[in-house]
Amino acid sequence: MQTVVVDNLSKSYKQAVALKNITFEVDAGEIFGFIGPDGAGKTSLFRILVTLLLPTEGTATVLGYDVVKEYKKIRNKVGYMPGKFSLYQDLTVEENLNFFATIFSTSIEENYHLIKDIYCQIEPFKKRRAGALSGGMKQKLALSCALIHKPEVLFLDEPTTGVDAVSRKEFWGMLKSLKHSGITIIVSTPYMDEASLCDRVALIQNGNILKINKPDVITTTFEKKILAIRSSDMHKLLSDLNSFEACDSAFLFGQTIHYTAKQNNLVMPELQNYLTGLNHQQVEINPIEANIEDCFMSLMNQAS
Amino acid sequence: MSERETIITVNHLVKKFSSFIANNDLNFEVYKGEIFGFLGANGAGKTTAIKILCGLSKPTSGEATIAGFDVYTQKDDIKNSIGYMSQKFSLYEDLTVTENIRFFAGIYGMTRKDIKIKTQQLLAKLELEDSAKKLIKDLPLGWRQKLAFSIAIVHSPKIVFLDEPTGGVDPITRRQFWNQIYEAAAEGVTVFVTTHYMDEAEYCDRVSIMVDGRIAALDTPQKLKETFEADSMNEVFIKLARNATYNE
Amino acid sequence: MKHFRGFVIKEFYHIFRDKRTLAILFVMPIVQMLLFGYVVTNEIKDAKIGILDHSQDVVTRKITDKLASSGYFIITKVLTNETEIEDCFRTGSVKEVVVFEPDFAVKLEREKKASIHLIADASDANTANLIVNYTSAIVNDYVTKENKTVTTPMQIGIESRMLYNEELKGVYMFVPGTMALILVLISALLTSVSIVREKELGTMEILLASPLRPLQIIIGKVMPYAVLSFVNVITILLLSNSIFGLPIQGSVALLLLESMLFIILSLSLGIFISTSTNSQQTAMMISMMGLMLPAIILSGFIYPVENMPMILQWVCHINPSTYFIIIVKNIMLKGLGFMSVWKETLVLCGMVVFFITMSVRKFKIRLE
Repeated sequence: MQTVVVDNLSKSYKQAVALKNITFEVDAGEIFGFIGPDGAGKTSLFRILVTLLLPTEGTATVLGYDVVKEYKKIRNKVGYMPGKFSLYQDLTVEENLNFFATIFSTSIEENYHLIKDIYCQIEPFKKRRAGALSGGMKQKLALSCALIHKPEVLFLDEPTTGVDAVSRKEFWGMLKSLKHSGITIIVSTPYMDEASLCDRVALIQNGNILKINKPDVITTTFEKKILAIRSSDMHKLLSDLNSFEACDSAFLFGQTIHYTAKQNNLVMPELQNYLTGLNHQQVEINPIEANIEDCFMSLMNQAS
Repeated sequence: MSERETIITVNHLVKKFSSFIANNDLNFEVYKGEIFGFLGANGAGKTTAIKILCGLSKPTSGEATIAGFDVYTQKDDIKNSIGYMSQKFSLYEDLTVTENIRFFAGIYGMTRKDIKIKTQQLLAKLELEDSAKKLIKDLPLGWRQKLAFSIAIVHSPKIVFLDEPTGGVDPITRRQFWNQIYEAAAEGVTVFVTTHYMDEAEYCDRVSIMVDGRIAALDTPQKLKETFEADSMNEVFIKLARNATYNE
Repeated sequence: MKHFRGFVIKEFYHIFRDKRTLAILFVMPIVQMLLFGYVVTNEIKDAKIGILDHSQDVVTRKITDKLASSGYFIITKVLTNETEIEDCFRTGSVKEVVVFEPDFAVKLEREKKASIHLIADASDANTANLIVNYTSAIVNDYVTKENKTVTTPMQIGIESRMLYNEELKGVYMFVPGTMALILVLISALLTSVSIVREKELGTMEILLASPLRPLQIIIGKVMPYAVLSFVNVITILLLSNSIFGLPIQGSVALLLLESMLFIILSLSLGIFISTSTNSQQTAMMISMMGLMLPAIILSGFIYPVENMPMILQWVCHINPSTYFIIIVKNIMLKGLGFMSVWKETLVLCGMVVFFITMSVRKFKIRLE
């Protein structure tokens, strides 16, 4: 059973086009990730799915209900966490949670079991105003608020943006355990490395879906071969690689440079000679598996 | 490395907000022309420290000099020697590209002639000549960030502070942005940068990691990884920040 | 109902935790009352008056003594004929002249009826009105006391004339005007800002995506402000009564009902403003420029409508405050009943219907 079915959906505003003919389906019980930079159309898509925006063209259903005609049914069954942690800064942690419980005609007690694992981490601060929480705690509170009415689908728009690596890791841990309780989770993120934490991802850029699949399938079926190259002077290495004749792309990736060649023929000795000829010290060249970011950038280049 | 020229010196810097200690005895030096990564969990005290270093806020105690100027007494000199760019505020969206350049160059007292020359150079370098008359809000986010960085260093500051400059930017633009950073550093500008992308921490010459208002570690990415027996900066960061007590 | 209660409670938290809102809600009405009250009024103390006694009998002397000993008045001129009155005012030596008709005591004795003319310098309209009121009160007090001892009650008719400003425009308007101003401020400005704040904060997105209906969201947001506005109406009335000695001549119930109507109108204006903008600043600017300024300037609060250029008079006629001020003035100051204000009431009702319809239409179930 498909939780979300989107068919040829487009959204345009007065000046800009946010979504161009996108089509995808989300299966019940999976964590589905939209990976893409700001301005890719993620927020517009989420707003359409939680019935806050009308699509310009195409159709979308959530839990079998049409996002335009049956919006009221959808609103009862989905949890939504907008881009910014939308909490009342002047209310305490507990008051926020209580408020969101009451507007869905439920109570904290009734659904405590759902949020227990997340909420217990911030419960010691329940008398603290939301405005005085750290980013990670705000994120947990916002998630608790989105969960309190026992939604069947959870829409999380960039829940990890601006949050430090530790909180992000914890957050994904929470999503994993929510998944086990049977909630379908649709999440967007600009962090490419979070793709591997989703069951399936859609890479999205400029309103187009570049690719949809399981993250490991996307990376293993990546057709280009990649070399990870390093030397003692990374900056010089980058510009030298870029001016190498056979070079297709060279991008910094942490401590190495990921290199792909035109026509996909990696001739390692030639490259080695080229670099030593340019006085690079401690040159290391290793073939590696592509990661999501490699794929994303390659797809981006193809699209443009 | 000690013979290198230092540009930021921080000694026993403390900043308290009533009972809460945001910066607890910070000590570090930043060398001229280096890319200094300033990492830390949310609420670890990064923003407070940057505000002090930019001359926007006074420390409770301790010493700090920026480009030789004292943070207590020479705020105006500090402001003249630094550039600043953040993810949140960078450019005026309702002004055009040229107007933004002119405005920011103007507030740093550049002459009209210099501004004109700089504007041309800048537009050429960023390949923005065709968009010179476009409003900022009509530019893609990535271009905006690149332009914002160029403008932050338009007055040739000694140090540029970048507060999460690449948040939400697509991966290709993010790398182009880092190329800009490298170029600026190569020209002798000191770059002081915060980021949540841990791969970007690898691009820094040295990285400091703040936990609970203190600097928990400071070294080159390579050394940090060796010390903490980690494969990546992400691991280093998580190992350090996990012990945070969140006692804000 | 339960989620509605939760909503209202939350709204009260917002209000009671924001010092600025609290100040606008509770300090501002009092400050404005005092400010307008004291700017326009001066406490009556040692006001110079003249006496023109055509009768010169026991009763007139008694009343004159009573006036002189009240502490409010000093009798600086004793006039002998009508022609001197004008001169007194011209030179500014008195603020009021009390004229007793000839054979005052005799008439009072025989016909149980006599009359006093009060002529006041209404170029300072407010003071004039106060002085006349005080004088009347003292005379009436005399009558009440005397009547206790006699079998057939007597009456002293008091006729007052305001020189230089016959219709007393602007006088006492500060109470109706301040009421209008404060209600517009609280109901329209605070509600519009608080609704727009949720849009800015992003919480409106969650509220909209929840099963709450738009009408529930709106009513939940405005309910606390309606209650607090009403509290303010009562505060203003109590203040005006206790500090400025302004009694409510007409029906209190009617006055409160009309105030409620005006509160609802202001709230619907606030909602209407909030549906037209997405930033708190804009909402505040629209409320200030579009509602508050007209409430002060184009409502007859400070400047009489009749003296304005035609165009501004039209503006006054679409300004809800104008009608509310007339209503309050009629009920509170003139003691008139519903029949005297039904037209204005109808206009306000019409406006309420208009703005609520417009707001419900504009308040979207979605974001755009």
